[in-house]
Amino acid sequence: MEKRVVFDGKLLPYALLMPQLLITIVFFYWPAAQAVWQSFFIQDAFGLTMQFVWFENYQVLFANPDYYRSMLTTLVFSCLVTFFSLSIALMFAVQADKQIKAAGAYKTFLMWPYAVAPAIAGVLWLFMFQPSLGLVAQAIRALGIDWNPQLNGGHAMTLVVMAATWKQISYNFLFFLAGLQSIPKSVIEAAAIDGARPARRFWTIIFPLLSPTTFFLLVVNIVYVFFDTFGIIDSVTGGGPAQATTTLVYKVFSDGRLGGDLGGSAAQSVILMILVIGLTAIQFRYIERKVQY
Amino acid sequence: MFNRRSMLAAAAAGAMMAATPAAAQVEIQWWHAMTGANNEVVNKLAQDFNASQREFRVVPTYKGSYPDTMNAGIAAFRAGNAPHILQVFEVGTATMMAARGAIKPVFQLMAEANEPFVPSAYLPAVAGYYSTSRGEMLSFPFNSSSSVMWYNKDAFRRAGLNPDQPPKTWPEVFEAAKKLRAAGYDKCGFSSAWITWLNLEQFSLWHNVPLATRANGIDGFDTELKFNSPLHVRHLQNLIDLQKDNTFSYSGRTNTGEGRFTSGECPIFLTSSGFYGNVKANAKFDWANAPMPYYPDAPGAPQNSTLGGASLWVMGGKPAAEYRGVAKFFAFLSQTDRQAKLHTDSGYLPITQAAYEQVKASGFYRENPYLETPILQLNNKPPTENSRGLRLGNMVQMRDVWAEEIEAALAGQKSAQAALDAAVSRGNVMLRQFERTVTR
Repeated sequence: MEKRVVFDGKLLPYALLMPQLLITIVFFYWPAAQAVWQSFFIQDAFGLTMQFVWFENYQVLFANPDYYRSMLTTLVFSCLVTFFSLSIALMFAVQADKQIKAAGAYKTFLMWPYAVAPAIAGVLWLFMFQPSLGLVAQAIRALGIDWNPQLNGGHAMTLVVMAATWKQISYNFLFFLAGLQSIPKSVIEAAAIDGARPARRFWTIIFPLLSPTTFFLLVVNIVYVFFDTFGIIDSVTGGGPAQATTTLVYKVFSDGRLGGDLGGSAAQSVILMILVIGLTAIQFRYIERKVQY
Repeated sequence: MFNRRSMLAAAAAGAMMAATPAAAQVEIQWWHAMTGANNEVVNKLAQDFNASQREFRVVPTYKGSYPDTMNAGIAAFRAGNAPHILQVFEVGTATMMAARGAIKPVFQLMAEANEPFVPSAYLPAVAGYYSTSRGEMLSFPFNSSSSVMWYNKDAFRRAGLNPDQPPKTWPEVFEAAKKLRAAGYDKCGFSSAWITWLNLEQFSLWHNVPLATRANGIDGFDTELKFNSPLHVRHLQNLIDLQKDNTFSYSGRTNTGEGRFTSGECPIFLTSSGFYGNVKANAKFDWANAPMPYYPDAPGAPQNSTLGGASLWVMGGKPAAEYRGVAKFFAFLSQTDRQAKLHTDSGYLPITQAAYEQVKASGFYRENPYLETPILQLNNKPPTENSRGLRLGNMVQMRDVWAEEIEAALAGQKSAQAALDAAVSRGNVMLRQFERTVTR
């Protein structure tokens, strides 16, 4: 008798897949579909009146110059946070990977900040940099810089970038460290014997071998900046001053949750969803080619 | 949907009560946003009420800031389990009033429960704010405040200013702030919390100029913003100019900057009269308050100010037995002695005429004049079309937009005129959107 490696019929494989599919549908596709559906309505905060308006929420959004501004803000914010959190984490990981005393404790301390909730991270930074009370702010002012994140958009942006970066460094550090440790020591030793200096060894051997990790972190970090940072922005600057730190996701949060404009907010989240899908597709299509597995 | 569910729940609760008549107490959920000393006041009120009778039990729950509490209430309503009583700040009044199906009007609640309720017993400025144009009170006034100017008497002495003659007009405030700055308060001569509430909203009413058409929205939702008038522009321009050398120093959109007054950094600070408890507890200097400043050449100024603070809204769709408990609780809150004590303890306004008279007769204001300032200011002159109050939809979101424009002007990115024009036109878009969602 022939030995079968595939299941008979169609029912059993689907039945086995069912739990996984159900979870995906209930927790991912259904809410996403809900957002698309809601974006076609105008409704009051209590949900007592609902009116189907086709694409009006989108039209209003694209006619609003503030929306384009917040796109630009998001671009600046996400580039800065991704760049700094990746490069600083990489630097830390390279240092931690060396043979040093108490490396274990050092690593543990570096991972701790990841356990801090975004809103609390935000408040911590706010306390340090609050113009009249914060310790760091007073030090900056003593240097003669008129530090005022409440009115100066650049200062406010610096503050949220620092807070969001700080929050993400631990996560990146963890993956970079794991990546570094999986690089065979013999390769690096061989290069050292051939006379390659540390910097050269890093850029020609270690960094390319780390590229799968870097690529993965790049995707994860961009998703983090796009979706996970509104807690920090809300507690540090509230999107201000004058919208200088209103990113797309913060706008979704403030219009929907604080403003009660569910239709407009749903339309924004649909656009955000499309943007991130597009961005991820581009990353996999073009950047992944440079990755060496 | 939620109606059917709560009716089922009510039927179940009724059945349970029938089975155990003596033991069952009806629970009244009360969601609020009071922190610190005021949170204790709320808990004490609930305890006292629960001890005063055996039929009902009021359960207060802190739900975060004012906007958070309101959003929690709205979300709970949508999910079909709203609390009985929801504390909503004055900014949310129009949203609550428009949500006819979601609320139980207080005048109706009291009538159905046969509890004594005479709208004229409440301070006119308070009752008027929460009533329809036909005089039907929709929500129950709880913690009402108005805006005042707090000042540091020690700082005034240091700067050679008379601590018993606080500045009355804006030009006088600017002069005083410059002297204070020269006397060592160089980071902040004067400042203001709630930048839009004090410098646009109260400012308009106090100067008898319209904030918006249709009596600032009270007479209808088809209202348009008007606060880009020459007087408004002049005031913002003054703030912009004074910001350059810290004579004025911006303290953010909400009241998070209030600590700058109690720490001694800002010797003149405009904010709510409800700041009293905090000042009393934390300020280590001699302080007082005074009415809001005005521009003396503005016709009619000063007119009268309007309410801040919050009121208690009763959510719809609950069984009659529970509403009876809510009505009893409101009657309990209205008692003169209780209101008088609430007023003198918390610094919020007494909501009834009788409580005000009682505190006045006791001579309390001679010792504590700063608790009477907001009341005198509210009653300064009979309200006009421009100063009855304000009731604008989407107000929470709109205030942020106005603040954004003011911030842009203070940071030197826009002129005062351009910023206020933009705040008006962006606000009007939000008003039109609100109008669409309520008129159906």
